[in-house]
Amino acid sequence: MGQAYSAGLTVTENTVLRKERLLPLKGEVLVNKGDKVKAEDVVAQTLLPGKVVPLNLANKLGVTPAQLSNFVKVKAGDQIKKGTVLAENKGLFGLGIMKNSVTSPTDGEVESISAHTGQILLREPRIPVQVKAFIDGVVTDIIPNEGVIIENKSAYVQGIFGIGGETVGTLKFLASSPEEELLPEKIDDSCAGTIIIAGAFVRYPAIDKARKVGVKAIITGGIDDQDIKQLLGYDLGVAITGHENVGITIVCTEGFGKINMAKKTFNLLQKFNGAKTSIHGRTQIRAGVIRPEIIIPLEFQAEELTAPEIKLPVLEVGTLIRVIRQPNFGKIARVISLPEELTKVESETLVRVLKAQFEDGTEALIPRANVEVIES
Amino acid sequence: MQYDEKRLTRIVATDCGSTTTKAILIEWIDGEYRQTVRGEAPTTVEAPLNDVTKGVINSVQELEELARLKYHNPNIKFMENGEFVIPRKGDIGVDAYVSTSSAGGGLQMMVTGVVASMTGESAERAALGAGAIVMDLIASNDKRMNHEKIERIRQLRPDMILMAGGEDGGTIKHVVEMAELVAAADPKPRLGSGYKLPVIYAGNKMAIQEVEETLKDKVNLMITENIRPKLEVENLGPARDKIHNIFMEHVMQQAPGYNKLMTWTMGPEHEIVPIMPTPAAVGNIMQAVARAENIEVVGVDIGGATTDIFSVFTEDFIFNRTVSANLGMSYSISNVLASAGLPNIMRWVPFFIDESELRNMIKNKMIRPTTIPSLLEELVLEQAIAKEALRLAFEQHKEFAVTLKGTQRQRDISEAFSQSTSGATIVNMMSLGLLVGSGGVLSHAPRRNQSAMMLIDAFLPEGITRLAVDSIFMMPHLGVLSEICEKAATEVFNKDCLIYLGTCVAPVGKNKLGKPALTAKINLPDGTVFEEEIPYGEMRLIPLGVGEVAKAKLKAHGGMILDKDKNKELEVDLYGGVVGIILDTRGRQPFELPPDPETRINSLKKWMRELKAYPEQILK
Repeated sequence: MGQAYSAGLTVTENTVLRKERLLPLKGEVLVNKGDKVKAEDVVAQTLLPGKVVPLNLANKLGVTPAQLSNFVKVKAGDQIKKGTVLAENKGLFGLGIMKNSVTSPTDGEVESISAHTGQILLREPRIPVQVKAFIDGVVTDIIPNEGVIIENKSAYVQGIFGIGGETVGTLKFLASSPEEELLPEKIDDSCAGTIIIAGAFVRYPAIDKARKVGVKAIITGGIDDQDIKQLLGYDLGVAITGHENVGITIVCTEGFGKINMAKKTFNLLQKFNGAKTSIHGRTQIRAGVIRPEIIIPLEFQAEELTAPEIKLPVLEVGTLIRVIRQPNFGKIARVISLPEELTKVESETLVRVLKAQFEDGTEALIPRANVEVIES
Repeated sequence: MQYDEKRLTRIVATDCGSTTTKAILIEWIDGEYRQTVRGEAPTTVEAPLNDVTKGVINSVQELEELARLKYHNPNIKFMENGEFVIPRKGDIGVDAYVSTSSAGGGLQMMVTGVVASMTGESAERAALGAGAIVMDLIASNDKRMNHEKIERIRQLRPDMILMAGGEDGGTIKHVVEMAELVAAADPKPRLGSGYKLPVIYAGNKMAIQEVEETLKDKVNLMITENIRPKLEVENLGPARDKIHNIFMEHVMQQAPGYNKLMTWTMGPEHEIVPIMPTPAAVGNIMQAVARAENIEVVGVDIGGATTDIFSVFTEDFIFNRTVSANLGMSYSISNVLASAGLPNIMRWVPFFIDESELRNMIKNKMIRPTTIPSLLEELVLEQAIAKEALRLAFEQHKEFAVTLKGTQRQRDISEAFSQSTSGATIVNMMSLGLLVGSGGVLSHAPRRNQSAMMLIDAFLPEGITRLAVDSIFMMPHLGVLSEICEKAATEVFNKDCLIYLGTCVAPVGKNKLGKPALTAKINLPDGTVFEEEIPYGEMRLIPLGVGEVAKAKLKAHGGMILDKDKNKELEVDLYGGVVGIILDTRGRQPFELPPDPETRINSLKKWMRELKAYPEQILK
């Protein structure tokens, strides 16, 4: 999922996707090469090492660490149950009077016992972890003990920012135009289990209602930072998201503030209204850029799965661009010339610019750093 | 080994950063060392090239081309058959090649100690000073439960761990307990899984045997001298050297192409000059300059994600470095808002703006970090945010650059009533001689006057302080160069590395608005004289060019003072720069902005206009 930073987000009706689905640690792969899988299927699983529970045995027993070996009832590697006696002293005069024993607070295994510190380390039982396919598709490769590669043909939209983890649902259109704000009144019980699509904006009351009725995810053009703060309960510091547990996944296609969803994105999603869709809000701007994804699997034959050539977005005359900073933030335009000389913009910064024509025919000079190529 | 101009007449230095490899050429010309040309190319440590030397070759090729153009000599060449020719033979080759590196995320470390504010802090200081990013400090008394510490150690995947704890002959139990936690976590190195994680033990020497027994099967354990042999003694040198060795021998070995690069960096006798972590090299040059000029220095590098602050203070030239990992101007910009709070950012903005508009602007910059402010209003806002990022990073630095904690000091009678205690900061703005800024927002501000204003507002220099920017961040190259030729490094630092902005004069103390604060009579080199009794709460800019010196008579009024000896009158030389002399009578300790928004905005406009920081249109 990591990729080199390119100033452009993909919005396409038809692409071949290749997803690595890997375990956090080595484990067991449950499917075979060539298998068809559904998004909900478990493709690999493993057992994570259990938590380590340290316990100062010598202190609890009231002996020195050096004396501890005389009282310990277990050794490193022993399997234990909650309540297993780990150590006990012999009581007064060795007669068992006021005998003191220490029992295990957990099931698991004895990791080590230290004669220097009097500490015993117990390890809780392993924790099962499963990796799901996340997209409908075909297993095209197996990475032994680690995971699988799944490929499919999809309609595919990259968001610019999101929160919340992976989920799957059907697309449900609630906006009649890319300029519309999604109001809470439009959300009802029929939205449960779906991924709803707003136009330009969605505010906290609508997000709150959506998660209450059981909406899986919201796709919107823009969102207000204060609403995100209210939803998360804290101010988002660095842009590493996707792990939030707020009961809903949100993907923004354009950015912060009320910004019309790009027509191309809006029309594409509208075309697939009702389709099964995989979506996540994972965003990471630093070191290996990750953007949120909206994946709508299509019917395909195996031989269609040839990965498209990776094209780096190129700025040239005729390229369709989106302005990604004020002024004209969010507007779509076409490049009409690329002057070479450095140009002084209003802030007096000397930058390389391009000349672009907006959809209404007006023209403007825009810093090249402030546009992104709309890929198809 | 140090060389002079007899052996070193042409040197290439590179800094392999995460994104760009920057090469500079330093030559002995007309009796002095100068930096003559520079080139850059993308760093090639990641796929598809996976070889850092490719980026080095590309950047050096650009150097060669520019040198040929500069000297109209098509025969100039530094490399042949993909390797440096050392030593130089006429047009061909160079006398030395040196390099620093922060590619691949730099050096990432975890440190441990027994008491967080004592041995823990010493370990942190050693790691930071060696150029590392400290991912976490885990100490016996850090309030986390042991199982939480184990989880944390397991999650982090550092390049190495530095373990400190206990003075020699002191606690063994706590040190061994920490070793047990590390062993239980069974930590794995960040790069490559084919080798054991290097762990340096620099704690109580009486615990060495037990620590070895506990850790030897799990990690690659190395022992060095105790970092804190006694409470009142800090011995960072051996641990820092060990970190550098391991960085070279273990960590860098894992990074693609470094095996080759490590054999390239050499002096005129073909002796290897080790590649240095970039921040360690910056520390080197700053200490060299502080010693050479006998001044105290603060340097700052504000990037997109992090802000590094370096300082050299006290007569012992004590070097400190801090990394504020989440204060920066793009990836971390939104964290500046979260840490500083909205009112602190807004206090630097000379117009009203809706909160939600500002929040959204900041977040949009975060998710699209490469955009630049096209509108003047957005530039002013970004610079306001930069002031807060710098201020917060400097606060963290001041808290970290302190005298040793937990020690007892003998006081003489003159100190009996002073507040100084162990753990007090050694950062003294009154004795600071030079403040150097670098990083995009400071180096590439459309007007240098904006850089000067950002440095002044964020750092609040006191008394008389020279201001400069390192526009192409040449300090790393010069830091590693100083290993073989301190003379070349400091000469180039003074002549080519810094762009001097000018000198800030700021009397310390409080006064009443409108009352006289500073009388200044400044004789400028062109024969004109600036003379004014400046009221409290003002700023003045007097143009004085680079390399020019003005004779000044200064007198502070009310309770205000001008230097560390609490003098109220001074006769001094003031040095010029691309901005000039800035007289700042807004007060220090405390520095206060008017609380009422309208008055504050009017004051900001007045100061910005006086400093010619922004075009008139935004100050109306």
